[in-house]
Amino acid sequence: MVRAFGILFGFQAIGALVAGLTGLPVPGNVLGMVLLVAALLAGAVRVEWIESAADVLVDNLAFLFVPAGVGIMSYFDLIAREWLPISISIVGSLILVLVVTGKGCEIAARLSAGRDAD
Amino acid sequence: MPTDFSLVDLVEGPVFLTGLSCLVWWAAKALHRRIPFALLHPVLTSIAVLIAVLVLAEIDYDTYRDGTAIIDLLLGVSVVALGLPLYRRIAVLRRNMAGVATGVVFGGLVGIVSAVVPFLLMGADAASAVSAAPSSVTTPIAVVASEMSGGIPALTAAVVVITGIMGAVVGPIVLRLIGVTNPVAFGLALGTAAHGIGTARALQEGELQGASASVGLCLNGLFTAMIMPLVLALLL
Repeated sequence: MVRAFGILFGFQAIGALVAGLTGLPVPGNVLGMVLLVAALLAGAVRVEWIESAADVLVDNLAFLFVPAGVGIMSYFDLIAREWLPISISIVGSLILVLVVTGKGCEIAARLSAGRDAD
Repeated sequence: MPTDFSLVDLVEGPVFLTGLSCLVWWAAKALHRRIPFALLHPVLTSIAVLIAVLVLAEIDYDTYRDGTAIIDLLLGVSVVALGLPLYRRIAVLRRNMAGVATGVVFGGLVGIVSAVVPFLLMGADAASAVSAAPSSVTTPIAVVASEMSGGIPALTAAVVVITGIMGAVVGPIVLRLIGVTNPVAFGLALGTAAHGIGTARALQEGELQGASASVGLCLNGLFTAMIMPLVLALLL
């Protein structure tokens, strides 16, 4: 578990370093995730080295963002003022993403399957 | 009692605040298990209970945030950890490359644009628009992406949680209504639109739906984090 956390924090640090040095507008931990997947695919990191920590983190992801959500207590006046655009944004965006992703994926899958069959 | 003991220091310190957060979460999960009603999602109830406790105890948010810094630290590294489920599902991704890429790219783009447009049309604050832009993305990525673009992380966290809960409830209904039958497309849409909460819902439909949702969650997080600054620069 300690090694697993060490490796995950290591990738986060490398991600932050790469983001900082290149000036890429991408969060360091997101780059760290990409580098971790690359390292797993290349065989440089083994699943057994990281799974004890990674599984605990991913399984409890919902708990980890509770403190961030509590921060909403400082913005009750903002929400009272802008509840309408916020609500429209949430509902509209959710439905459009569902439709576009679901239909887009299905149509592209059908087209590529058709092409393969030719 | 030693003379240097201070109840206020204890209550405003990391031991109490982190422990309180864990216990409230545990109780909220137990409640949701007993009454599996969508609005009693443990994220919503624990945020509500914690806010009530903080307000009653007159503890301000900055104190609470400092006291729960370790949870924030783990949230940051959990994004790196998301690489593992993505790696485990890489076969689903490889077999369905065209569909997954099309779904995530168009879904991710539409997600940002459609979340921002209502604010522009209604003349609301740019910071609110930025905060809502990554509403479909998994919270740890959404919060950082929002902060980097000038949004309010707490507002983003709240919007993301609400999107996830609504997505888990209405997502399968919407997808059936528009006739999405392909299990990969079904799962991918739930994970792309409603992140971890949608992924949990997709798992109830089947293993392939759950795996596809997990791929959607990871890839849309990655894709949105990369293109959001560019899209916002064009829109705002």
